[in-house]
Amino acid sequence: MYLLALKMLFGDMAKLFGILMGVTLAALVITQQGAIFCGIMTRSFSIISDMPAVDIWVMDPKVQFVDDNKPMQETERYRVSSVAGVAWAVPLYKGNLRARLDNGIFQNCIVLGLDDSSLVGGPIEMIEGALGDLRRADGVVVDVVGATGRLAKPPPPGSPPGTPGTPVKVGDTLELNDRRAIVVGICKTTRAFQNQPIVFTTYTRAMSFAPRERKLMSFVLVKAKEGEDQQTLCQRINRGTGLAAYTQAQFKWMSVEYFLKYTGIPINFGIAVGLGFLIGTIITGFMFYSFTLDNIRFLGTLKAMGTSNNTLTGMVLLQAIAVAVIGFGIGSGIATLFGQSTSDTALAFNLIWQLLVVAGGAVVTICMLAAMLSLKRVLSLESAVVFKG
Amino acid sequence: MQMTQALHTTSTLTDPHAGLAQGRAIAVKCRAITKSYGTGDNVVRALRGIDLDIAEGELIMLVGPSGCGKTTLISVIAGVLDRDGGECVVFGQDYEKLNSTERARFRAQNIGFVFQSFNLIPTLSIAENVSVPLLIQGKGRHAALREAEAMLDRVGLGKRVKDLPQKLSGGQQQRVAIARALVHHPRLVVCDEPTSALDAATGEVVMKLLRQVAVESGRALVVVTHDQRIFRYADRIAALDDGHIERIVTDAKDLQH
Repeated sequence: MYLLALKMLFGDMAKLFGILMGVTLAALVITQQGAIFCGIMTRSFSIISDMPAVDIWVMDPKVQFVDDNKPMQETERYRVSSVAGVAWAVPLYKGNLRARLDNGIFQNCIVLGLDDSSLVGGPIEMIEGALGDLRRADGVVVDVVGATGRLAKPPPPGSPPGTPGTPVKVGDTLELNDRRAIVVGICKTTRAFQNQPIVFTTYTRAMSFAPRERKLMSFVLVKAKEGEDQQTLCQRINRGTGLAAYTQAQFKWMSVEYFLKYTGIPINFGIAVGLGFLIGTIITGFMFYSFTLDNIRFLGTLKAMGTSNNTLTGMVLLQAIAVAVIGFGIGSGIATLFGQSTSDTALAFNLIWQLLVVAGGAVVTICMLAAMLSLKRVLSLESAVVFKG
Repeated sequence: MQMTQALHTTSTLTDPHAGLAQGRAIAVKCRAITKSYGTGDNVVRALRGIDLDIAEGELIMLVGPSGCGKTTLISVIAGVLDRDGGECVVFGQDYEKLNSTERARFRAQNIGFVFQSFNLIPTLSIAENVSVPLLIQGKGRHAALREAEAMLDRVGLGKRVKDLPQKLSGGQQQRVAIARALVHHPRLVVCDEPTSALDAATGEVVMKLLRQVAVESGRALVVVTHDQRIFRYADRIAALDDGHIERIVTDAKDLQH
């Protein structure tokens, strides 16, 4: 009987197409918008992700997320180093500085000042040059997106509109906060939330680029000793120094929580996802119900011939699950292709498996709601209706 | 007619046994059946106390003007509609004593249906359509299809088993519907206007087939019809009017009186 239910479904291609439109649309919108939301959230902690060697981030207790800069005195680094269980602790400067371009335009950059001796926290992938070149005079490493984008030299006057600028290359000079910086390398990083160019330099040089303040150290990066429980070490650092200490995962989630709580991002994406769900439900429900109505005479015939309500329910649910699986497959497939095609662009897109589970659940819910609507009609169907011509 | 010679001769009684052949087991026993639709001032009394017996191997026709209660009566006999009052026992089983699942199972085992508009599922091949009652009974798909193809062969459509219903003429579709009604060997077959959508010649073919089924297999057939051309295939004809059986005859000519 269940095979017949599928044949009934696939035999009516026009209706099937209509139902699949609704399911696919819902799956596409939920998956695509959800993936962009996840992408944006992932970018909110991209700097943390790009420093996998760091176990624990230590900061001022008032810091709420990774971009929330509340500098500390440099002596704090030594206090952290002295806590039992800490293998090493190095300073990190993180600040927003202005770079002056050739055409006189100023461009904000994220400047990361790395520990002079270890260069801990440096980019994982160098495209040109070497990380060690940062020790050369005035050396900075620029991320490739910034080098080819916002920091690129503008095209010569009279160039046709849309002509790309000349990317910054090794050996070029930048002006950071009125100080000379020489590009010694180009690196690849995870794009940041604000999509600003990322400039790496040494901690000492970053101090010279940054406006002079009493406190300049943004974070202390800590490596736990082998076998040390990171959570326990965080508590120990907090007790011993009064500073806040978080594991990588905690700090990432703290940053995401901040964006969820204090920005309109989740509401905007929530509305888009909600609309996808609602429109998908309406279209699917309407088309599925219409499909059931078209078949009501045949369902009544089956009922008259002795098909139980349980079997009829199973048939309708199977049809709903079939369209859910196909629609979800097409919708999430399109979303994945979309993500692939935009993977090297400014668009944030991160299709995580948890999102697929959520989108799949939403699509199944849509189809079940549509099936419930139809089942109400089928189960209340008087089988004597088949004798009414 | 030769087939009616086995029956008692003409009667115009409303006695439920009127004209019933002797020595045959009773398949359907209806007593004082009532059924109304609607409530209050809008109530329509479709059946006002029907008494009727139907024997195994008998082909009985229910005739009468539109709205006289034919379809309601056949629905009650087939167990797809609840009566308000009276008694309807089919092969010793009173539907009222069965829950909906048991009743569905009883219909699946014992009753075959032929509908006015065939009700063949358009997206299934005719063999798949015919196999449906067997699938409902729980038979395996392949076995059901084999039996369905054999039954289609018996109604002369053995070479078209893979065709979709819409590729067949009206008469052929009705033969498919008859094959579907018989494939699971039901003891009672109910037919609602089986020839009304067919031309005269095709109607003849269909009725001969149904008649043959009744005579050969000893099944009881109840046929609702307006089509006077087919009256001669009936063993008995029950004429209904305004929810009553007006008379039961064994010869259609007696309906004129």
